[in-house]
Amino acid sequence: MSEATVKKIMYVNRKAPYGTIYALESLEVVLIAAAFDQDVSLVFMDDGVYQLKKGHQTKGIETKNFQPTYRALDDYDVNKLYVEKEALEARGLSEEDMCVPVEVLSAAEIGKLMEQQDVLLSF
Amino acid sequence: MLHIVNKSPLERNTLDSCLAAAQPGAALLLIEDGVYAATRGNRAEGKLRAAAQRLDIYVLAPDLDARGMGQSLAEGIKTTDYAGFVELVTKHKNCQSWL
Amino acid sequence: MNIGILVNEGPYTHEASDSAYQFCKAALASGHQIQRVFFYHDGVNNASRLTEPPQDDRHIVNRWSKLAADHKVDLVVCVAAALRRGIKDENLAAGFRISGLGQLIESSIQADRMVTFGD
Repeated sequence: MSEATVKKIMYVNRKAPYGTIYALESLEVVLIAAAFDQDVSLVFMDDGVYQLKKGHQTKGIETKNFQPTYRALDDYDVNKLYVEKEALEARGLSEEDMCVPVEVLSAAEIGKLMEQQDVLLSF
Repeated sequence: MLHIVNKSPLERNTLDSCLAAAQPGAALLLIEDGVYAATRGNRAEGKLRAAAQRLDIYVLAPDLDARGMGQSLAEGIKTTDYAGFVELVTKHKNCQSWL
Repeated sequence: MNIGILVNEGPYTHEASDSAYQFCKAALASGHQIQRVFFYHDGVNNASRLTEPPQDDRHIVNRWSKLAADHKVDLVVCVAAALRRGIKDENLAAGFRISGLGQLIESSIQADRMVTFGD
């Protein structure tokens, strides 16, 4: 692999946590990807915004709470996190409900960002 | 860019999410259960035909045929096969599968 | 062109693996290369050697193995996802190998295009 290759890679998260494993395993990919020094961004659309809803308490379902990992992303220099405005509104949520700093964008603005990517990975 | 939708519009909001984000001039390929959106009389037909004014829309014919919908394609929507799917992927800079 | 593939669903339950396979076949027939097929989430179940579908059904696992043998396609199963689901070297079908998530990222970087198939 050429060391000069830096690609714009966007991870698209549209699924709620815990109901299915996609959110957790998507996050595992992002953590590995951080080591590759690419131009990484994460976007949360539709039910994906629930992944960042503050205050997950998973004891009762005996499942690992992976929310703290989102807060660790910044340590891996993954700090481009975009959240869909319409998705927050449709779910009675706002930016303050998010467990990490995010940039709120409209679906159309996210669509424009998608156009600029080299690779889009969705789980 | 190429957008790929594989969900029935009556089961999930995937098509709506895709249409809200897709930029004019982009292509949209409907595969698997996504093909139902492009069939006559489906509640999504109008929405899809309206989107066809700004997006280049294709339906994967093998998936349409498998579902008995080969004769029900909505007016103005093009079909393609797996070779055409490959061509859509290669001719666009990137693609987003709306899973 | 060099194309990378990501398969996120297991065989039979979801059409994703079928779609991915048909796509790969068409791409190879058109003169393109499949840089790698990476199996993630329940997609790792596509690599189970113990799969035995009824005789009148397609054999999804063997079909992938044959594609690997005929066209030297690199079939990679994510180790973390595989261990979670009981896929190990001892029940791994021919043509597949188990490796890390880095292989998916590498594929994204090296391939000219990346196509995801899933639910």
